[in-house]
Amino acid sequence: MEFNENFVYGCSAIGAGLAVIAGIGPGVGQGIAAGHGASAVGRNPGAKGDIMSTMLLGQAVAETTGLYGLLVAMLLMFVKPFV
Amino acid sequence: MVHGLVEYSFFGHTVYLTTTHVSILMVMLILMVFSVIAGNGFKKALREEKFAPTNGFMNGVELLTEFLMNTVKGGMGKSAPVFFNYIATLFCFILLSNISGLLGLRPPTADYGVTLPLALITFTIIHYSEVRFSKPKQLWADKCSPLPPWLPIWLPINIISDIAVPISLSLRLFANVLSGTVMMALIYGLLGWIATGWPAALHVYFDLFSGAIQTYVFCMLTMTYISSARGDN
Repeated sequence: MEFNENFVYGCSAIGAGLAVIAGIGPGVGQGIAAGHGASAVGRNPGAKGDIMSTMLLGQAVAETTGLYGLLVAMLLMFVKPFV
Repeated sequence: MVHGLVEYSFFGHTVYLTTTHVSILMVMLILMVFSVIAGNGFKKALREEKFAPTNGFMNGVELLTEFLMNTVKGGMGKSAPVFFNYIATLFCFILLSNISGLLGLRPPTADYGVTLPLALITFTIIHYSEVRFSKPKQLWADKCSPLPPWLPIWLPINIISDIAVPISLSLRLFANVLSGTVMMALIYGLLGWIATGWPAALHVYFDLFSGAIQTYVFCMLTMTYISSARGDN
């Protein structure tokens, strides 16, 4: 079977779509972090500033894996390494 | 996307001055003008011996400086005075770069060639501090950390995790800003005249909120890594 350029384009697009499924993990993780942050503020409203900054830092670190997926999708769509 | 504006030859390679260079120069120009004006304001206040902000602009400068000082003090503890200048410069540069999408520029941080050197500077400082502030024996024990020092089978994994630090640090900033830029470009490109007015709300999220958070995270992580390498907690 012969693979022409359009076939590779199509497969790259499918791969890009599959790669952004990586966004599920960070979504769940950030939600858990935000929920625990909210309950921590509820228990100790005085420490709101510290809780906020710690939560945002943790969420941004957790976001990295999702961004790797996004990066792979963007490379597949715009840089087209396999064509 | 990044466009090449001027083409020239560098040791036989064809290289380009791109839109990133132009926007980085604009960002630097804005920062320089800002710092000259702020510095003159401080000098004038010292000369006239007025130890309270004299106008709205100096009030804002003082607010920014105080915020940065508190952040650095909270993140680094006793080595804060050494690194305050570096972290504050980094903060101002990355913040202005991230929100420069609002000024019509292509954000310089949406180019991997800008974020990787920033992370490599952090990497260099981390390992310089590690070598300087801990004895070689201690360093070796740290690198073999979960296992005893005479059994260095965990060493390669620790080295890989050291190398992953600048990569993840730079890719995080780069991918965040790039995703915002690409998303806005898609909205403006696909929707045409429908995209009038309301994308301002998206700009607030992608440029202002995301940019500020990522700036804070980059500076915070840099401070955490450096202060743990210097061994002050």
